[in-house]
Amino acid sequence: MSEQLYERIKQDPNYIQLSQTRSKFAYLLSIIILVVYYGFVLVVGFAPEFLAQPLSEGSTLTVGVPIGATILVFAWVMTGIYVRRANKEFDTINEKILEDAGK
Amino acid sequence: MKFSRMLSALSGLLVLGLLVANTAIAGGAIEGEVEKQPVNVSAIVMFLLFVVATLGITYWAARRTKSAKDFYTAGGGITGFQNGLAIAGDYMSAATLLGVSGLVFAKGYDGFIYTIGFLVGWPIILFMMAERLRNLGKYTFADIVSFRLEQTPIRTLAASGALAVVVLYLIAQMVGAGKLIQLLFGLDYAYAVFLVGIMMMIYVTFGGMIATTWVQIIKACLLLGGGTMMALLAMSQFGFNLETLATKAVEVHDDGIKLMAPGGLLADPISAISLGMALMFGTAGLPHILMRFFTVTDAKEARKSVFFATGFVGYFFMVVCIIGLSAIVIVGTDSQFLTADGKLIGGNNMAAMHLSKAVGGDLFLGFISAVAFATILAVVSGLALAGASAISHDLYASVFKKGKATEQEEIKVSRLATLGLGMTAIILGILFEKQNIAFMVGLAFGIAGSANFPVLILSMYWRGLTTKGAFYGGFIGLFTALALVVLSPTIWVSIFGFEEAIFPYKHPALFSMTTAFFAIWAISKMDKSAQAKKEALLFENQEVRSQTGLGAEGAAAH
Repeated sequence: MSEQLYERIKQDPNYIQLSQTRSKFAYLLSIIILVVYYGFVLVVGFAPEFLAQPLSEGSTLTVGVPIGATILVFAWVMTGIYVRRANKEFDTINEKILEDAGK
Repeated sequence: MKFSRMLSALSGLLVLGLLVANTAIAGGAIEGEVEKQPVNVSAIVMFLLFVVATLGITYWAARRTKSAKDFYTAGGGITGFQNGLAIAGDYMSAATLLGVSGLVFAKGYDGFIYTIGFLVGWPIILFMMAERLRNLGKYTFADIVSFRLEQTPIRTLAASGALAVVVLYLIAQMVGAGKLIQLLFGLDYAYAVFLVGIMMMIYVTFGGMIATTWVQIIKACLLLGGGTMMALLAMSQFGFNLETLATKAVEVHDDGIKLMAPGGLLADPISAISLGMALMFGTAGLPHILMRFFTVTDAKEARKSVFFATGFVGYFFMVVCIIGLSAIVIVGTDSQFLTADGKLIGGNNMAAMHLSKAVGGDLFLGFISAVAFATILAVVSGLALAGASAISHDLYASVFKKGKATEQEEIKVSRLATLGLGMTAIILGILFEKQNIAFMVGLAFGIAGSANFPVLILSMYWRGLTTKGAFYGGFIGLFTALALVVLSPTIWVSIFGFEEAIFPYKHPALFSMTTAFFAIWAISKMDKSAQAKKEALLFENQEVRSQTGLGAEGAAAH
């Protein structure tokens, strides 16, 4: 792989733009996941009675059940959101960067 | 009132059981002494069918395995969907089915909390690592770390981390397999361990990654299908109503209404966070999981594979929780599954197996037993291949031969290494039969998170990482995790028999990961060598490759 090719890509404004947008997006989604999960862990540790409330008057299922299930589904949905944007928007820009660099 | 006495005896055991359950989830399925059961014919027949089918696949795969690329990464032509199933398969060990359902059976909601910790690592792996792994990697994760750092020390470190994880994990799986098979099939422990070891050697030596991947895919489908069927059969007894099931479970369980709320399992926030970190970042440092990212065609497929894997694993966790909850009502109140003093035969981790018999009879029990055995086989094969690659690709080809080994020599060494690992696993499996192995998977996750993961993620994201920083910092992480586990209650008190543990927490990750990151950072900062400057300059090119895939390994043309 020639050094020139790398240099050309590094100068490409599209590359700089893509690099920034993608990093921001990835960091944002990661932080959301970490906040949601460690927030949940902290509730488990410090306020378990919140999760122990019955779902409705007289029910055995607790608030914790749908909350837990929602976190599982949410984690999956987040992967879907990232893959959708990365595989369409980001990869289209990426192909253009490689084309412009004359690969 | 007989039930409540039975159940209180059961919950007395839980204090002990929790220690086990912590690690049992990811690793060894069955702990402690088990009794050999009568020979189970339908289970053996169904398992033999699986063996014949997978041997057929291995034969087919062996004919397609010609180059090193075929052997290590299945030619790099696996699709995102297939790889998603294979990753999910690697992650859903027999212990997930048995351990998580056993935990829900014993502790209700706490078991569910565990599964959440197991899943949330995946989105982070996707956002931060998946495409970079694919774009920078070739055969092992050491390829990525040594992209701009010095080959010899880095590959020595990476291979040590990989082998430590692989061997610990293998022992846990072997011992779990031996006991499980004793219970389910009525075979002797030693036969079971030999059988698993030999099958694993056949798959990997002849079929390489192609066979390992397809065995994993088939097993993932069997496990997802079998689990779903069991949950449906069980739920049909409660009119498919979760509220009815929960109400009945609360009625018969000793914990009563507390069953549906967070209990004592994660009461201590430091332990909870430390365990959460081990699960999340340990996963991102498991060599057999990382290797899967090199088998897909490109970064696009690598991303898709995490999407599918997360979906399958998340779905499976929910199914397993329903299985555990149903077992409380269906199995926990049925005397045929209980010993004279009211314990579950074979321990809590047998809840799912007993449930399969209760809802589907002997034939369904046979099927689920065969699936559990297949699961162990598939997981140990993935581990063996990852260990063999560390030996042949990192240690032999790069460290000893300095990159001058031919491809055929390298494949030959990895086949020999597989045989060596297989023998080691059999011998250690037999030696550890009567040992308390509860700490092993926890330790494997601890090392993966404290040695492999910090070095890998910093090599991807931090320009300032130097060879010295990675090498010494990585080993410091490895030994800190090891030392903290030895000093923790799991070994210091349970095995060595001391009164009080020197390190009070069961999970070292919070402390050992922090130590590793700090050591790598500090040593890299102090490194003012010319080599270090050169390595920083190469970072820009590495960035271009990791972001755009320029120069990344392509798929082999088959």
